[in-house]
Amino acid sequence: MFARLTGLVGRDLLRDTIAYSVGIAVAGASFGALATAQGLQWWTTMAVSVLVYAGTAQFAALGVAASGGGPLAVVATGLVLNLRHVPYGLSVGHLYWDRWWTRLLGTQNLLDTTTAFALAEGDDLRRAKIAYWTTGAGNAIAWIAGNLAGIAAGRQIASPEAFGLDAALPAIILALVLPALRDRSTLLACAVGAAIALATSPFLTGGLPVLLALAGLAFAWPPKEPEEAQR
Amino acid sequence: MSWLEVAALAVGTFLIRLSGPFLRGRVEVTDRVETILRRSATVVLAALVATSAVLVDGAWAGWALPAGVLVGGVLAWRKAPLALVVVAAAGTTALLRLAGVA
Repeated sequence: MFARLTGLVGRDLLRDTIAYSVGIAVAGASFGALATAQGLQWWTTMAVSVLVYAGTAQFAALGVAASGGGPLAVVATGLVLNLRHVPYGLSVGHLYWDRWWTRLLGTQNLLDTTTAFALAEGDDLRRAKIAYWTTGAGNAIAWIAGNLAGIAAGRQIASPEAFGLDAALPAIILALVLPALRDRSTLLACAVGAAIALATSPFLTGGLPVLLALAGLAFAWPPKEPEEAQR
Repeated sequence: MSWLEVAALAVGTFLIRLSGPFLRGRVEVTDRVETILRRSATVVLAALVATSAVLVDGAWAGWALPAGVLVGGVLAWRKAPLALVVVAAAGTTALLRLAGVA
């Protein structure tokens, strides 16, 4: 069965998924431990992780709640952070828009990394779908298993910063985005966008600066024909 | 976090995730539109990398974090496998912190 899985998914993607999932498991464990330390019942923690299923927003919402923020602040913080999923869904939404259950699972599976993995496959629709689902499955299993381990371990787990995990996740996304940056227009749009996001970050609530980055697209306008623009 | 907060976050996040493919279904996605949409997601991802590499809560993150991301980025540029990128990025940042570099 493992050989068949390797055959379908491909050795490289499987290896990348495993490497990435290990990082997610550690992040999941730290979320489970942190939530437990802040008095959340295990089933509430798991409900957040399964139903919201967005690591960054979960950590942020937990942080706001811990610092005495009201319900409105908790929900708003999480939702604003998640707004970046709108452009993600616009760019990869067709990959899972088949049956009702693939739509449901695919929608919940929309993440920074699953989007980046799918986009990294370029024009190959079949490979993009495989990447989206494979990395998504790895993420789901690792996140849930990590959560449970973190809840069980409670306060004993160190912060993810001690493992340098906060560097691993941006590095993964950077690695996946790099090939697209060979296109000069995309590179220019990304550079301007990143500069806008960095400049506005000190003044805006988390989640908005990365959306303002979209203004960088204006510097790559009008978009070239796809034959020239891809890869 | 209360159940109401969890429910609001869950429903809100799902609707946000749903809005992308929903909007996509409303327009005719030509090759040119496809290029724009794909580039949009790439721009947001790149901005996410930039901000999460150098900032924590809107303020300078210290040297350990960007150094790790940079090491990972250089390895990725040199076509290193993702596993190596992950380990090198996390390892660099963790070791720098262990050595007392913020």
